[in-house]
Amino acid sequence: MNTIVSIKPLFAILVSLLAVIPIVFSRSSPNLREFWTFAAGIIKFSIVASMIPTILDGSLIEYTLAEVLPGIAIKFRVDSLGLLFALVASGLWIVTSAYSVGYMRGLKEHSQTRYFSFFALALSATIGVAFSANLLTLYLFYEMLSLATYPLVTHHQDTEARSSGRKYLTYILGTSIAFVLPAMLITYNLSGTLEFSNQGFFTAEAAPKTTIAALLVIFVFGFAKAGIMPFHSWLPAAMVAPTPVSALLHAVAVVKVGVFSIFRVVTGVFGVDLLQSLDLGTVLAYVASFTIIMASLIALSQDSLKRRLAFSTIGQLSYIVLGAALLSPKSMTGGMMHIGMHAFGKITLFFCAGAIFVATGKKNISEMVGIGRRMPITMFAFFIGSLSVIGLPPTGGFLSKWYLVLGTIEADQLPMLFVLLGSSLLNAAYFFPIFYKAFFCTTEESLFENRMNEAPAWCIAPLVLTSAVSILLFFYPQPFLGLAGLAVQNITGG
Amino acid sequence: MQPMEIVLAKYNYWIYVLLMMIGLYAMLSKNNLVKKIIGMSVFQAAIMVFYVSIGAKQGATIPIIEDDPITGHIHEAAAQTINAMHYVNPLPHVLMLTAIVVSVSTLGVALAIIIGIHKQYGTIEEDEILEQIR
Amino acid sequence: MTPSEQLPILLVITPLLFTLAVSIAGWFNRKICYPITIITLSASLYISVALLLQVVKNGEIHYHLGGWQPPFGIEYVVDHLNALVLVVISFVALVSAVYSKESVKQELPDKIPQFYTLYLMLVTGLLGMTVTGDAFNLYVLIEISAITTYALIAIGKDRALISSFNYVIMGTMGACFYLLGVGHLYIMTGSLNMMDLYKILPPLYSSHAIFVSFILILVGLWAKMAFFPLHEWLPNAYTYAPSAASCLIAPLMTKVSIYVMIRIMFSIFSPAFVFEAFTAHNIIIWMAAAAIAGGSILALAQTDFKKILTYMIVAEVGYMVGGVWLANRLGITGAVLHILNDALMTLCLFLAAGIIVYKTKGHKLENLRGLYRKMPVTMGAFTVGALSMIGVPPTAGFFSKWYLISGAIDAGHWGFMAALIFSSLVNAVLFFRMIEVGYFEPFRDNQEEHDHNTALSPKIDEAPLSMLAPLVIVSISLIVVGIYTGDIVDSIIRFTVPAGI
Repeated sequence: MNTIVSIKPLFAILVSLLAVIPIVFSRSSPNLREFWTFAAGIIKFSIVASMIPTILDGSLIEYTLAEVLPGIAIKFRVDSLGLLFALVASGLWIVTSAYSVGYMRGLKEHSQTRYFSFFALALSATIGVAFSANLLTLYLFYEMLSLATYPLVTHHQDTEARSSGRKYLTYILGTSIAFVLPAMLITYNLSGTLEFSNQGFFTAEAAPKTTIAALLVIFVFGFAKAGIMPFHSWLPAAMVAPTPVSALLHAVAVVKVGVFSIFRVVTGVFGVDLLQSLDLGTVLAYVASFTIIMASLIALSQDSLKRRLAFSTIGQLSYIVLGAALLSPKSMTGGMMHIGMHAFGKITLFFCAGAIFVATGKKNISEMVGIGRRMPITMFAFFIGSLSVIGLPPTGGFLSKWYLVLGTIEADQLPMLFVLLGSSLLNAAYFFPIFYKAFFCTTEESLFENRMNEAPAWCIAPLVLTSAVSILLFFYPQPFLGLAGLAVQNITGG
Repeated sequence: MQPMEIVLAKYNYWIYVLLMMIGLYAMLSKNNLVKKIIGMSVFQAAIMVFYVSIGAKQGATIPIIEDDPITGHIHEAAAQTINAMHYVNPLPHVLMLTAIVVSVSTLGVALAIIIGIHKQYGTIEEDEILEQIR
Repeated sequence: MTPSEQLPILLVITPLLFTLAVSIAGWFNRKICYPITIITLSASLYISVALLLQVVKNGEIHYHLGGWQPPFGIEYVVDHLNALVLVVISFVALVSAVYSKESVKQELPDKIPQFYTLYLMLVTGLLGMTVTGDAFNLYVLIEISAITTYALIAIGKDRALISSFNYVIMGTMGACFYLLGVGHLYIMTGSLNMMDLYKILPPLYSSHAIFVSFILILVGLWAKMAFFPLHEWLPNAYTYAPSAASCLIAPLMTKVSIYVMIRIMFSIFSPAFVFEAFTAHNIIIWMAAAAIAGGSILALAQTDFKKILTYMIVAEVGYMVGGVWLANRLGITGAVLHILNDALMTLCLFLAAGIIVYKTKGHKLENLRGLYRKMPVTMGAFTVGALSMIGVPPTAGFFSKWYLISGAIDAGHWGFMAALIFSSLVNAVLFFRMIEVGYFEPFRDNQEEHDHNTALSPKIDEAPLSMLAPLVIVSISLIVVGIYTGDIVDSIIRFTVPAGI
């Protein structure tokens, strides 16, 4: 495998960071300001996309910024897993920006300049995590993301936003300082490096089994962005944010950074072989499946649409963790693909929730009876999005779940198979009633007039696009499947 | 050595320790700010006593080399007669000159502060000041 | 001798002479005090950077005052450790001098010459403390800086006088203990020169007198650096000092005292004595852990943001003391690095606090209300300082914490590590408490009226440029120093760890 030194990954990160400057300076002219966001988004996406052929060829792209500590540099490395994630995040940023314009202007939100600036910052951090070559760089961008999203979560600046913001930071910053930081230092102390490698840099000789197990557990819970119970309750709280924030950050960027970090730690730090030989994957798998089932059950009882989606996200994130925990090639492929597939499905759902809020001001599911008559496009997109999250064809979500199911068989973990199937049933149970009630109800039951009155086009176009992509991914899963397959090949050394 | 002998042989140390304790006690437990300052000065003086006493020797003289009474020249005679044993060590004394300057300055600043405190609160009793602050 | 060989003495003499110049000039025209101060401190910064470069290039510099050979004369020594501290001192002094202009004009309009006289005198004292290689000379310089600090604090408002008085008592006690310790050393060795003492002492390491002298010196310095539980004087003194004075005192006094402690531990005594013959180092690390925890907990109880910052200083002192006493390479590297980083962080926060006081005339938490909107630049820089205190990469604070925690792991000292993590968490809580007030209040609770864009938000109302520029420079330097940590450790701090560790 050959390594190419290129500054591209750094540029991909810097584009949105630097975009903050023109965004702030053109604050008096909203159109120009949004132009900068789009420009940065498109440039970022093209830089990321331009790396696909190189990576699919089996090469790596590396760039070292500075050696900050002995043997640890701020260093970027683009591999297939990182690229997959970066592709999803940067692609969806463009879509979300379009949606943000519609949403924020539709609601005449205050402080839009701050909003767009921190959004750009958050994306820089996300791509930074995706391209980190070692644990320190990953931690750096992980923290940057936590802080950059704080003003977004608390955008409304009212008492509710403050208490949610507190919860958000307590969980996310608290766990990363209290768990990840010491775990990282101990890891460094034991192994002398933090550089991710394909088979992991931790060796069984470096520490006793209990220490390794403890470190793994600390890491997994420390990356609270992954929403593993009991460190999940920041996510429903973060739903006070404007919907585009929930859509991109709390269905894609932030939460996926959490699972991505877990994936990296499992494969790049400990390594599949080590975890397999110590049988630690199973422990992790049980933790993840507990979260999957619990989150789905809680989701059933939520009336607020965004909160239901949040709990659904918590469950789906643990699918990805489960994929990593099963340590089999198929399951890992499924887990990685799920990063992309779930992203498109879930973002569609959030866009729909936002569109409903913009058009009608409704947040609760019980108030949405008959809404399909008024907003048929939105609700149809919602239907496709839920199919993808449940994992039914013809949507991309089916493929990733299929691989996960195959993985459970491959890993000989039948209980997990039932977890996955049971969870799919639960997913269906909390999604179907929503659009069933939206379309199929008597005129008396309907809370809406029988006249089409959709949200602004800026809101509708993105959700149509993402739902279309969800379907498209079923037929052409290529970049994701290819990248995930390659990543697994590297990890398993096959 | 008998306990009594220890005390007597090193009486200079015992004096400085005693003075120091008096000073420390006043600094920490007196209520009147001026008394605290007096304690501080006693404390500093104790250390000066300590330093000065370690330079002193019984039967030694001041460290000034006298002219040879016959020839009037210093050097030749001095070269033969200088014996450190005969002179007190001047260095600790000199050091204490500096320390005295320091302690006087500290005293000055402290007294100036007390004047300011008196102007501000109308009292220099610590408990009364604390009462006013609350 | 060429001028470049005279740099060590020029470094101390320049501000000393200009102290005189400022006080005389103040009689005629108080407007020129400020420019004189700036020029003097720029010269100091230039000299100290030149010294640092010389040391990095050629190694230690020994300068004999008046040409007297040590141990008879006073010797100034510049090595990697104090060259770094000198640069920190003169940088901090210059930056906060630039900043002080408007703040002094507002807070002390009739005491401008006095302020700058004391200011330069304090800088002289601090530079002298750092550069001297003589134990008694060190005492004199400690007292010079202490006395000027008492005065600088006392010219503040509110409770400044009584706080300064408490500081006088504590500070004098500390200095006296130090002097007493040096006296014991002198009795045993007959020398006051540090290098000389270092050579004479080893056979005496088992002596009780040496043991006692070391304890006396340590306790004296701990009182000076506000090492928990001798910290009682610090919070009030630093809170009620004039803003411009606290910007100079808060970042430097404790850090220079810690430097002095390191100097005494490794240049008069040696690791062999400090970590082996003197068996208390484990206790001291626990004391440091207690300092960190205690400072953090006390900070939680405050409602005055300047006082919160001062309690953080108490906690940070624990970081550095503990780091040095961990007795391993990582811990000492971390402690020295933290001298640099903490000076910058504290400076950044106190500059920001000073600006807030300048604008809002108070230092209670409620004075922060709505400041993110009103003063985005100040609060942005404040946030960077806060993140560095919490230890978020890539700010400088993260990297020294990294070294300190690694040192704790290496030494197997889990209590100290836990204290460090705990303090990071508490710092996060404290700063976000401040940030919340600045960001959320006054609340905008009426959900229906979202577009209050202009009605609710007051216009941007920033401080003058002469205050903002230093703040922004310092906050950027926090990130730059963070990114260049590797180089700093490699070319300077690596050499400060004594041989044999």
